[in-house]
Amino acid sequence: MLTLDGCRIVQGDFALTADFAVNAGARVSIIGPSGAGKSTLLAAIAGFLPLAGGRILWTGKDIAVQPPGARPLSIIFQDNNLFPHLTAFQNVALGLKPSLRLAESEAAQVRDALARTGLAGLEDRKPSELSGGQQSRVALARVLLRGRPILLMDEPFAALGPALRAEMLDLVKTLAAETGATLLMVSHDPADAKRLGGQTVVVAEGRAEPPVETGLLFADPPQVLRDYLGD
Amino acid sequence: MPRWPGWIAVAAILSLTLGTLALVAWRAEDSFGLGSGLGPADWAAVRFTLLQATLSAVLSVAAAIPLARALARRAFPGRGLLITLLGAPFILPVIVAVLGLLAVYGRNGFVSQGLSLIGAEPISIYGLTGVVLAHVFFNMPLATRFLLQGWLAIPAERFRLAASLGFSASDTARLLEWPMLRATVPGAALVVFLICTTSFAVALALGGGPAATTVELAIYQAFRLEFDLSRAAFLSLVQVAICTLAAALAFRFAIPAGFGAGLDRTRQRWDAAHWTLRAVDTAAILAATLFLLVPLALVVARGFPALPDLSSATFAAAGRSLWVAAISTALTGITALSLALLIQSLRRGAQLVEGIGYLSIAASPLVIGTGLFIAIFPFASPVALALPVTAVVNTAMSLPFALRALVPALAEAEAAHGRLADSLGLTGWARLRLVLLPRLRRPLGFALGLAAALSMGDLGVIALFADPSEATLPLLLYSQMSAYRMDDAAASGLVLIALSLLAFWIFDRGGRANAHA
Amino acid sequence: MRFPIIATALVATNLPATAQDRPTLTVYTYDSFVTDYGPGPQIETDFEAVCGCDLQFVASGDGASLLSRLRLEGARTEADVVLGLDTNLTADAAETGLFAQHGMDDASYDLPVEWDDDMFIPYDWGYFAFVHDTSRVSGEAVPASFEELAGSDLSIVIQDPRSSTPGLGLVMWVEAAYPDRAGEIWQGLSDNIVTVTKGWSEAYGLFLDGEADMVLSYTTSPAYHLIAEDDATKAAAPFAEGHYMQIEVLGTIASTDQPELAAQFMEFMTSDMAQSVIPTTNWMYPAVTPEMGLPDGFGTLVSPDKALLFPAGEAARVRDGAIETWRTALSQ
Repeated sequence: MLTLDGCRIVQGDFALTADFAVNAGARVSIIGPSGAGKSTLLAAIAGFLPLAGGRILWTGKDIAVQPPGARPLSIIFQDNNLFPHLTAFQNVALGLKPSLRLAESEAAQVRDALARTGLAGLEDRKPSELSGGQQSRVALARVLLRGRPILLMDEPFAALGPALRAEMLDLVKTLAAETGATLLMVSHDPADAKRLGGQTVVVAEGRAEPPVETGLLFADPPQVLRDYLGD
Repeated sequence: MPRWPGWIAVAAILSLTLGTLALVAWRAEDSFGLGSGLGPADWAAVRFTLLQATLSAVLSVAAAIPLARALARRAFPGRGLLITLLGAPFILPVIVAVLGLLAVYGRNGFVSQGLSLIGAEPISIYGLTGVVLAHVFFNMPLATRFLLQGWLAIPAERFRLAASLGFSASDTARLLEWPMLRATVPGAALVVFLICTTSFAVALALGGGPAATTVELAIYQAFRLEFDLSRAAFLSLVQVAICTLAAALAFRFAIPAGFGAGLDRTRQRWDAAHWTLRAVDTAAILAATLFLLVPLALVVARGFPALPDLSSATFAAAGRSLWVAAISTALTGITALSLALLIQSLRRGAQLVEGIGYLSIAASPLVIGTGLFIAIFPFASPVALALPVTAVVNTAMSLPFALRALVPALAEAEAAHGRLADSLGLTGWARLRLVLLPRLRRPLGFALGLAAALSMGDLGVIALFADPSEATLPLLLYSQMSAYRMDDAAASGLVLIALSLLAFWIFDRGGRANAHA
Repeated sequence: MRFPIIATALVATNLPATAQDRPTLTVYTYDSFVTDYGPGPQIETDFEAVCGCDLQFVASGDGASLLSRLRLEGARTEADVVLGLDTNLTADAAETGLFAQHGMDDASYDLPVEWDDDMFIPYDWGYFAFVHDTSRVSGEAVPASFEELAGSDLSIVIQDPRSSTPGLGLVMWVEAAYPDRAGEIWQGLSDNIVTVTKGWSEAYGLFLDGEADMVLSYTTSPAYHLIAEDDATKAAAPFAEGHYMQIEVLGTIASTDQPELAAQFMEFMTSDMAQSVIPTTNWMYPAVTPEMGLPDGFGTLVSPDKALLFPAGEAARVRDGAIETWRTALSQ
């Protein structure tokens, strides 16, 4: 279980509180108005922002004291997920060993992860030689390889078209189901949340609300969500 | 963007460097020098020049890497001030800096005195050691600035991604910092190499004897004692050739860094928190501070006692120096920007044009001065033009540094925002003002600061145009020294350091204030 | 409003007119002559008081670059008089054909050597010498010859002959004292030489900072410290081989448009008025001892038994070989 225990994040005048738990293996969308602090929440969980108060617990252990790379999670950003001067293979292999000195079995793992995300044969391409969808798949292949129990995604496929985005979300769902990963995804599009299913956290007015079943939430949206959705 | 300002700048540099050289050769009474080739003494000078310049370049950059890395990944109070102060040795007049260095490493300096306390022999730095030590002292600050810019140009997102993947400091070094260094180091080393190639007073003062002389000294001999202008021109050409070769090599090794554009944020590093790395960085900063600032502090301390006796002549000279610096700073800004824009717009020959921009460090100041004299004398009194000529020559001398700072930054700004600007139809002045200049604030501030400080220190002071009755501060300092007034000279040196640093700080800070990183 | 403008215009045109009434005498010289510390300002005031003219100094580096500049300018030079060449340069200067004969045949000078030059007249002179600090080097430790210096552990700073006048002077000194053994002497000295500097200022600065026991300068250098700083610790070491001289001279440009003024200035520079300015501004011996004698302090200076000097023509012939001997010996 991932527990945000009285978490408080302060950035200048901006403050955000979160106090809820997410079950292991859950799929959680985080939605809310622009500037409400969705990405801030994610950055704090990932370790890029310090907590002003509270703890982040994973299986009972406080992970907020760990540096980003040591936390039991992977993160996919909106962009800049790949190093432009490294190949697809190298970018994925970083998830296994940042030294890139791989044993043959490890190289095979990298190729396998690339194959599972549909990138077989594109190992030697650099990001600039890949399409947007393919770049996202490289990032996902690395997530697979790292095998961390939590996956954070910050508007991961915002640059992709609707069909491609749906395809990628399905892929994420499949991979998360296969690995049993706990998924937290920030999105500004309610359609993404509906597609992902699971639960949804609404972030608004300085608070991240506890997760609610996505279907139930959209069936009877609270006022803040209604304002955001515009209906 | 119109290209003609850039082409005018190219023409001006070529006239000032190769043009003056040609004039000197043309004015020669005979042409024996051109055919005489290089004697054994000249070859020895060429060998020593190459040796010391290579060593100086390699060591300056090697010493600058840990310092720049430490400055790039550590935030501490006074960091900005320290960075400015660490730049000081580069803008000091040679003789002032050499005396400061000797106060530490000299026969009578701190180190030797400390050694004598424990009964050890005093150290002697004269010879290759001294020349290289002084060159590292002068040029490491410059190399540090170039590398620091390289570090700050790595998008913050890359470090964030690296942190999310749990990169250790050595992973970050290999995957992020090394590619940046491959792109930055050759250029930085080249600039230091070029400076050291034509350096001459340092080599003489600390070289220990005629075995340690550079080509520039042979030019002096040809010009002063033999009045063999064709030989002076020939030797100057040899010097340009050495520099051209070095530049060609450096460009060959420089590999463009493939860093994409990212949104700039405050650089935060998660890979460098370990205490050993903190210790390494602290040690790097402390060591550099000691190495660079102790000689400087001794120069300052030496100048203090005579400060109350500063004469009106010093203030007048300081005023003239400020005037010269203002003019050449403006000229440097305009010229460097025009050239950088031209280089950016060229599909072919961009490196050639950039190389021409560096020519002025390769050219002999003595030959430039003589050529200008030959050009001006028939039309006007050279003495009446002393200050404008000094300003122009200072511009030429600080141009390469400005260019080095601006060219990569401009390329990056274009890569990041060029297409957006294209799509909006932003061209010409509007593009420069709205898109490029805001992105260039930092390097431009740095370049202008450097130009101002260097002009204050009169890199290009030329005897034929110097007018002692209208002396600039460095000229006054030298004349005080040659009149036994070492205390007055020390005070003038202090004023010079203060003004140079102030000028540098004003521009450099102007470039950083409110700049969106 | 019209009147003030006219008045201003009148003033503006009037002022230069009075200045133009006075003829201008242009004198080329080296930098340190015209600085506030040098003889220039006093000489200018004194000469303008008697000549009814405007004396303009134009300065250019040191003696050698002065001559180079003159050669660059050639016959079109605006110089009327050139002041500040020395006997190492006069042969080259005469060869340019730019200088006129002075015709001052009856003049007599207080020089240790005969003066016989029909183009140039001396205005000051000095002996090159190694200067030391008596609080650090004294008594037996002070070398009395080049050979003693070479045999000692004393460290010295010298100047490069290719960029410095004293540097060239030292090379000529060794050449004059040891015509056949100059290379050997230089090899003997090589382990005494701490470093070779671009100019006198750098070398003297290093010496004062304790970087070397002795520095190549002039026998008159201690007079500066004694008179201006009340410091009696600096002294020059007398050498048994004799001391090479530097005689600084001035000459008139043949094509001058002010021949009378130029002649008047030549006379003036050897007059009591100008000569009494020289010792405590240029820190050299005056070419003609003033009636009041030398300033106090000059009396305490060492006075070499033997003056060495190559005549102008020979100096020019010897120079390049002597520099090459120096360079070869010290490059090993």
